[in-house]
Amino acid sequence: MSIEVRHISKTFGEFVALADISLTIGTGELVALLGPSGSGKTTLLRIIAGLESPDRGSVSIEGQDITDSNVRDRRVGFVFQHYALFRQMTVFENIAFGLRVKPRRQRPSARDLRDRVYKLLTLVRLEQMASRYPAQLSGGQRQRVALARALAVEPRILLLDEPFGSLDAKVRQELRQWLRRLHDDIGITSVFVTHDQEEALELADRVVVMREGQVEQVGKPDEVYEHPATPFVYHFLGHVNVFHGRVEDSTLHCEAFSLELPLRDLPDATAAVVYARPHLLEIDHQPAEPPQFRATIEYITTAGPLVKVELATETGTVVHVEMPQERYRHLGLRKGDEVFVSVKGIRVFPQHHNGVRRNIDLPLVRT
Amino acid sequence: MMPSVQPGRLASAPPTAAANLTESRLIAGLLIAVAVVYLGLFLVVPVSAVFAKALEKGVATYWAAISDPMALAAIRLTVITAAIAVPLNTLFGLAASWALAKFDFPGKNVLMTLIDLPFSVSPVISGMIFVLLFGAQGVCGAWLMAHDIKIIFAVPGIILATMFVTFPFVARELIPLMQAQGNDEEEAARTLGAGGWQIFFRVTLPNVKWGLLYGVIMCNARAMGEFGAVSVVSGHIRGVTNTMPLHVEILYNEYQFAAAFGVASLLTLLALVTLVGRRAIEWRLTAEGVKRQPRWLQKEGR
Repeated sequence: MSIEVRHISKTFGEFVALADISLTIGTGELVALLGPSGSGKTTLLRIIAGLESPDRGSVSIEGQDITDSNVRDRRVGFVFQHYALFRQMTVFENIAFGLRVKPRRQRPSARDLRDRVYKLLTLVRLEQMASRYPAQLSGGQRQRVALARALAVEPRILLLDEPFGSLDAKVRQELRQWLRRLHDDIGITSVFVTHDQEEALELADRVVVMREGQVEQVGKPDEVYEHPATPFVYHFLGHVNVFHGRVEDSTLHCEAFSLELPLRDLPDATAAVVYARPHLLEIDHQPAEPPQFRATIEYITTAGPLVKVELATETGTVVHVEMPQERYRHLGLRKGDEVFVSVKGIRVFPQHHNGVRRNIDLPLVRT
Repeated sequence: MMPSVQPGRLASAPPTAAANLTESRLIAGLLIAVAVVYLGLFLVVPVSAVFAKALEKGVATYWAAISDPMALAAIRLTVITAAIAVPLNTLFGLAASWALAKFDFPGKNVLMTLIDLPFSVSPVISGMIFVLLFGAQGVCGAWLMAHDIKIIFAVPGIILATMFVTFPFVARELIPLMQAQGNDEEEAARTLGAGGWQIFFRVTLPNVKWGLLYGVIMCNARAMGEFGAVSVVSGHIRGVTNTMPLHVEILYNEYQFAAAFGVASLLTLLALVTLVGRRAIEWRLTAEGVKRQPRWLQKEGR
């Protein structure tokens, strides 16, 4: 079932939660709404579910306008951030709830209901937990009960609010992969909200990056990561080094290095922000190909698959570089070493005065 | 909301805390002694005195006092009053707390404050309010007289005054509980297709049932024990508008101490039963996190 959101706006008092948002989600897609808190992602999810009503705009599922239809008629599965399990009911009763409250004629028979609940319990691998109460379950188990409960009513779409938000790192990782497989098995159109960029990039077919009630960028995870449309997206997805510079005679001058730009028509003295991912900076003892700059190693963190090195340039700007363990050992780096940092890939955001934004990607890495 | 206590965890806790964390034995003993003496002087002695005085002249006199027709009439009126006031206030309390805890609307704070009003007004004034409204010289007095409706110095007045005094109990108990539980479960029920009544009976009510029972017990205790407000509107007509507390006062003023304390002992018993019930519910509320559902609440047909 496809979801279409058209020109949705929503304010809470003075606060603009959503400002004219439009979005189309295809059948069977798993889409992440990614953004910092206050970006409106949860509000958008709740509007799709019908738990909030928009000030303007419309929501349709499979071409059918549901903007004014009641939550209970929408057939939308919703998994709440803190699961919102019914604390007075067993796991079985929690999952059965949606079936028990159906109008008498649609209500399944006792045997049918039992079969359906146990099928879902098997799906979420909680067969042994049917008679437990939510308080007796771990966070990950509660999460799965919440999911089974939402799926019990055979929803047309599945909405998840920060599905892994309150779990510890290891459980989160496991559940993430499990949810991806589950989604692929049952193929239900799903939207989930997260503020964790790693989660969004790893799990989703498409990522919607939101900021202050607006959509910054929509795209496949690698598109969004490799080609961020705005400085915000670049900043939000992964660690990043920021340099400030200006353009003179088609050459970018940063405090650390200079670089000839492939654009000829930028006016002189255009200010520019330059972003470079830590893994696209390379350290060497010898001077390498420009652009490059000199820096002194301040800290080295060797834990994990990547070694993280913090350096300071001659002007005092802090730069972060990541490299594989192998390379680190090969170079034999030590704190206090003075090294050359070469730039393998950056993104330049010239700040135009006329408001036109044109970004320059410089994939300097030869792959 | 409730801490999820693991059964056995408490029992297996070390019996004595580390020596450097507690007061010396002397100070601890002294503090306990002070508490016990204080409790004894102000609670145990008066309560026992009630029973001692009631039974002073033997069981026969005691029985005569509480089986006296006037006493029985007072008991009956008290029970009737509570039987009307408590259910109505329970309904009101549920509705008010549901509205206040789960919805936002203009005037919410005003309503919240109004609910507390009976707690902050002296019971005598509460009684006076009804005399002012429905008494012969009151606002509606002439109209009531013309239609031959008696409220003041009659049973309706007693019930009204009792309801006024006891209406905050259930609401006050439920509002913080419902606020703490939030709206999540109700929203989840809505997305699962439940209607308003289904949500209320299957989700909201079960979640607050112990708090509700607690409120009802406190409300009942006050409804049966209320003196001030009822005294003002009652008119003290023996056998007609005397509730138990008023009957006790009359007997006492007539120097029938054994009889007075006999009836008083019934009210004291009610208080003790209330305390035990309350304690049991409090225990229940804390154990909530790990409890099994009581049989009578389990769903039909499984």
